[in-house]
Order: sequence, then structure tokens, then C-alpha cells
Amino acid sequence: MTTDWLCALTLGLICGAAHAAPYVPKDDAQILERLPVRPGDPIARQLRRLRAALATDPRNLGTALELAERYFELAGAEGDPRYVGYAQAALGPWWNVPDPPLEARVMRAILKQYSHDFSGAMRDLEAATREDPSDALAWSWRAAIDMVEADYAAARADCEVLKRIAGELDAVGCVTHLDATTGKAAAAYRVLSGVLARNPATSPEVKVWVLTRLAEMSLRQRNTRQAEEHFRAALALGVRDQFLLGAWADFLLDRGRPAEVVPLLREWVRSDILLLRLALAEKALDAKEAKEHIRALKERFQAAALRGDKLHQQEEARFNLYLLGDKEKALALARENWKLQREPRDARVLLEAALAEKNPAAAQPALEWLERSGHEDPYLRGLAAKLKALKS
Amino acid sequence: MKVFLALLLALGATSALAHKPSDSYLALRVEGAGVSGQWDIALRDLDFAIGLDENGDGDITWGEVKAHRADIAAYALARLKLRSADADCPVRSTEFLVDDHSDGAYSVMRFAGNCPAEVESIEISYSLFADLDPQHKGLLRLEHGGATRTGIFGPERATQAFELAKISALDQFLDYGREGVWHIWIGLDHILFLLSLLLPAVLALEAGRWHAIERFPPAFWDVFKIVTSFTVAHSITLSLAALGVVSLPSRLVESAIAASVVLAALNNVYPLVHGRRWMVAFAFGLIHGFGFASVLRDLGLPEGALLVALVGFNLGVEAGQLAIVSAFLPAAYALRASWFYRRLVFIGGSLVIVLVAGIWLIERAFNIKVITP
Repeated sequence: MTTDWLCALTLGLICGAAHAAPYVPKDDAQILERLPVRPGDPIARQLRRLRAALATDPRNLGTALELAERYFELAGAEGDPRYVGYAQAALGPWWNVPDPPLEARVMRAILKQYSHDFSGAMRDLEAATREDPSDALAWSWRAAIDMVEADYAAARADCEVLKRIAGELDAVGCVTHLDATTGKAAAAYRVLSGVLARNPATSPEVKVWVLTRLAEMSLRQRNTRQAEEHFRAALALGVRDQFLLGAWADFLLDRGRPAEVVPLLREWVRSDILLLRLALAEKALDAKEAKEHIRALKERFQAAALRGDKLHQQEEARFNLYLLGDKEKALALARENWKLQREPRDARVLLEAALAEKNPAAAQPALEWLERSGHEDPYLRGLAAKLKALKS
Repeated sequence: MKVFLALLLALGATSALAHKPSDSYLALRVEGAGVSGQWDIALRDLDFAIGLDENGDGDITWGEVKAHRADIAAYALARLKLRSADADCPVRSTEFLVDDHSDGAYSVMRFAGNCPAEVESIEISYSLFADLDPQHKGLLRLEHGGATRTGIFGPERATQAFELAKISALDQFLDYGREGVWHIWIGLDHILFLLSLLLPAVLALEAGRWHAIERFPPAFWDVFKIVTSFTVAHSITLSLAALGVVSLPSRLVESAIAASVVLAALNNVYPLVHGRRWMVAFAFGLIHGFGFASVLRDLGLPEGALLVALVGFNLGVEAGQLAIVSAFLPAAYALRASWFYRRLVFIGGSLVIVLVAGIWLIERAFNIKVITP
């Protein structure tokens, strides 16, 4: 009680840091946690069946792969790394062996890159494509990693292989993603939208992917209205996709429309990347929830640091820059992040943080990337121009 | 396999993982041969491992968690091995609670146990969820002798040993001394009691009216007597209570402390006792000592270094007290003749103290909350 008083007298300065203490709930019916996948769901039933089968025969590669794939899909949809761990557990007998069967090796690579072990993943993918040069899945993940590492020559070679061995949409998806990143957004847009029109039976998940990319390409060509149309068409498909929501939220935030972000993301507070966007919107609106959400994000980044994770440095940089106002830390994180990931959004946060710190030298790697790739995004180009003006 | 789907989604799907991964938080405290701790484990993870959602509605209720308390303890403690000097240190769960972390609800299990001998190094083997989720990590905070160390456990680092530095008696003494200073500083009721007795030290009561005293020495000696007798008194009861010779119910002690503050402050407004305030300080000091003892009990007294801790803590309290007095006395002496001191600080301040302590008294005596900050 005395400490309560002290809290009151010091306006909470001393006690603000105190964490809510563990407690014993008063009511048995109190709901403590909601499971993301309800036990009655068809997915949950299928997972239970596969887990039971694998438990009786843990070295059954077919069952293990099927279970790993189901968890991998769930990881993508829910964005929860637990499922990557569950998938890894399913592959347990093949996880540490030097020469696993081809399919296990590819799956292992996919799971490794999820933990940002890009070099480990690439080693497995190279071995897999050597073993079977027509493994389209392995080639497409090679392309994905090469894109993240901004190795565009290697990515182009991967896409060329896909042209020969994969379906039209896959090959075109690969090439246009690369082209749109490297300064040929208009042409990429024409090709990709043409292929989508020719493949009306495409699954909704892939349509969401294509439409999100088309929206990004539109933005790179300064066509805001068209981008919004694509985003809305993708949202109308009703697929749970964090990428789409994140990209759409960024679109709205960039255009000063935070009020539309709040209802969109209110239910997604578990997702760090979407909670970040929600908090940004709430701060722009001066909403009272902002404070609570900023605190939650801070705790999660602290927990990640405790664990030694560096998976979210891009988001953490943005968090520090715009929600905590710690420009110095934001820049340090953005620079660190750039060493691992070099996609346009990674460049963006590095340029923004460097501009906020008035430190154009720190942005040099991103400026060089912009020159080398020929990336067209007008916003990134604008940031680069401001940084160059600072330099001179 | 849905190759077609996976192909396209590969592009741009890296860094898609937007959640906090699975972690547990293990706090371990080693003292002598004893180990105790708290282990926070996400309910989602426990549900995956042993199934908590009995009725399958996707919601985990407190009732469901409570029903599985024993299962959770058995499952978790079977995956935590503590060893010291090549012998097991068996622990068992003592308390079961829940807490909210940034990513959801966690079960909180407190546990305690003993190693065969005083722990000089401890080996911790952690294998929680290692078979289910190799990405799971156990985040350890290991406390020993006032020092905290951290560690990260995972399948690739499942067993780690920690050498525990021998804590010198001096370190322990200083540690408890610091705690003593800190507790007098945040123990607002003790400070207010002392201030109530000290406020009149620079004034003299003549014919029912307060006057500023003319010389410093009498004020100093007055304060000296009050502080000394308060100190002697609370040292006596603090020692007796800490050593377990006497124990009083904490509600009674806390209420009596609040009452002592009310009476001491009230005495300034309606003077009953003036010349012998040191006796008041002594009498009520006995009560305050029991209050300090409860703080010391919460801190935990080290076996084998009881006396060191007790003396350290007590001296810490005195040092904190002395700091307050040495800030108060010169200021009060300088201001003693002013209207500001005599009316506002002395009478006004005393009335505020009466009010605050009166609320404490009601709260503590009836176990209610009048003001919730």
C-alpha cells in the first residue's frame, strides 16, 4: 500500500515499469487464451490424424513431409513461428543428417530460411537442384532467397530455369517480381496482369499474391488509383494473408488514411508486423489504444532480444523511428537488418532512418542498391534525393 | 504437395513470421543449498503438448488449466533437471498462478527444492518441448547472492553449467544495507512518522503557543534523542521478529504503524506531549520495527549469514533515516521563524499527514482500498 501511495505521489514515475504480477483467476469460467486453430476445424482434425500416424511410425517420410507441409502452410497463414518448429520436429530424423532424401532436404531448406538461416537454406537448395535439376519448388525458393539478398543475376538465372520446368504463372511470377524490383515495373505489370487474365481458374491464394504484386507495381509507376483497385480486389477474395494486410495498411498509412487501418487490423494484435501498423495508425489518430500497443510491441522486441533473435530488425527499426522517436537506435537496427535482407522495404527503413539522423553516409548501401537495381519507387527515389542533398 | 501454390508464395514470403516465437521464462534463485524458482510457460504450448482444452471449444479457461495443474507440473518438471556436485536437486511445485505476457496467457508455476549441499555450481538441463518444437527457447534468469545471470536454452544448448561466485560476507552486508536504505526511502509511513516528531524540534511551546527557538544546539539534541530512541526501539523488535522470537499479525502491525503516524502528527496540532517526544519515538519505534521485519522476511534471509544480513539491513535503514534528518534539520532551522514554516509546514503539513495516515489506518484496519492510485 505504501508503494501504491508512492506511485500516486510520483505520478507513476517509479512504478511505471512494474509488470502486472502473476495472479490466481477468481472465476473458473474465465477465458485465459483462445487457440488460433479450433480443435474442431478440419485442419486441426487432419493435423491430429497426421501427428498420431507419425507418432506410431516416426521415420515414415511421406507422413512426416505431409505434416511438415501442413504446418508450414499454417505458419504462413498465421505468421506463427511455432508451426515452423512443429514442422521441424516432424522432420526430426532428417534434420541433422548430411544427405537426407530430396524432398526432406527441400523442406528443411524452406524451414531454415524462415529462421533467416539463408546460407544454410541455400546449401540445401543447391544440393537439391543438383540432385534433381527439375525440382521447381527448390528453384523457386532459390529465387526467393536470391531476391531477398538482392543477388539479381542469380535470381534471373533461377527464373530462367523455372521458365523451362514450371507452369506459366510461376515462371512469369518469378520474372515479373524480379523485373518490377529492378526498374521495369511497367513491362512487368503488363505481363503479369495478362497472365492472370488468361488463368481465371487460379486459386484464391495465388490470386492474392498476384494482385498484391500488381498493386506494388502500380505504386512504382505512381498509379495510386490502380494500386488501390488491386488491393481491394485482393481483399475481396477473403484469404487470410498477412502480407496483403501489411502492404494495404502501409498504402493507407502512406496516404494519410490511418482511420481505415484501425478497423482492418484490430483483430490482428498477435501479429507483430500488423500490430506495428495498427499502432502507427493509432498514433496518427491520437487514439488511446496507441500507448498500450506501443508498450506491447516494446515488450515483444525485448523478448526477442532476450532470446537472441534478429528476425524483426526491419520492423524494430520502424518501431523505434516512428513510435519511440529513437532515431539513433532505428538507424543502427536498419543498418544491421540491411546486412541480412535487402528488399525494397528494407531499403526504405534504412533511408528513412538515415534521413531522420541526417546521416547520408549510413544510407550508402541502400543508395548504392537503388542505383544498381534501378528500382523505380518514387518514394524511395525521393528519400534518396533528400539524402544526396544533405551530402552536398 | 501443392507445389504450384508454394512456388509463387515462396517469392516474398521470407520474413513472414510475424509472431513472437515460443519461449518460456525460467527464474531460478539459489540460496545456500536451496533452489526456488518460477517458470512461466505459454498456455498455447502446454495445450499442444498435453491438451488443456478439455471441451474442445478452442478457449482455454482457468477451470481447464486448474484441472491440469498436476499434469503441467509433472510434464514441465520432468523436463528440467537441476544438479549440483553430481547430485540431483529435486524440486516440486509449490504454487500455481497465471500471468499475461505480451503474446498471451502463461501458466506460472513456482517451485522449490534442495540440493544435498551448499550450491557452488549448478548444472541445468532443459528439454521442455524439445521434441515438439525445436525452435522453442527457455530464457533463464539465475539469481544468486544479489547477482543475476541469464541464459538461453534450446535443443542445441540443452545443458549448461553455471559457477556461482562465492559471495563474501561484505557483499551480503552491503546488499542488505542497500535494501535497508531503499525501504526507508519508499516506506512513506516511516518517513512521515519521523517527520511528524521532528517538525516541532525547531520550535518551543510556551503557554500553548509555538515559538521559534533561539539556538541550534537544543534543536539538534532534541532531534538526536528522537532519532536515537526510534532507532534503538525498532532495532530491538526488528531483530526479535527477524529471528522468529516474536511475531505479530501483519495487519495489526501495519494498522498500528498508521495509527502511530496519525497520533504523532496530531500531537503537533493539539500538543499533548512535547518535551518527551523521544519516549513517543521509542514506544512507536517498537511497532515500526515489526514493519521492517516483514520487509526483511519478504527479501528472504540467507541461511548462515543471518546476522550479517540483519545488521546490514538495520544499518541501511539508519543511513536512510540519517539522510532524511540531515536534509530536514538545517532547512527547518533556517525557516523556523517564518510564517511559511510555522503555519504551512508545521500545522498544514501535520494535518495532511493526519489525513493520509488516517486513510491508511482505515485501509489497513478494515482491509479495504479507499484510494486506488
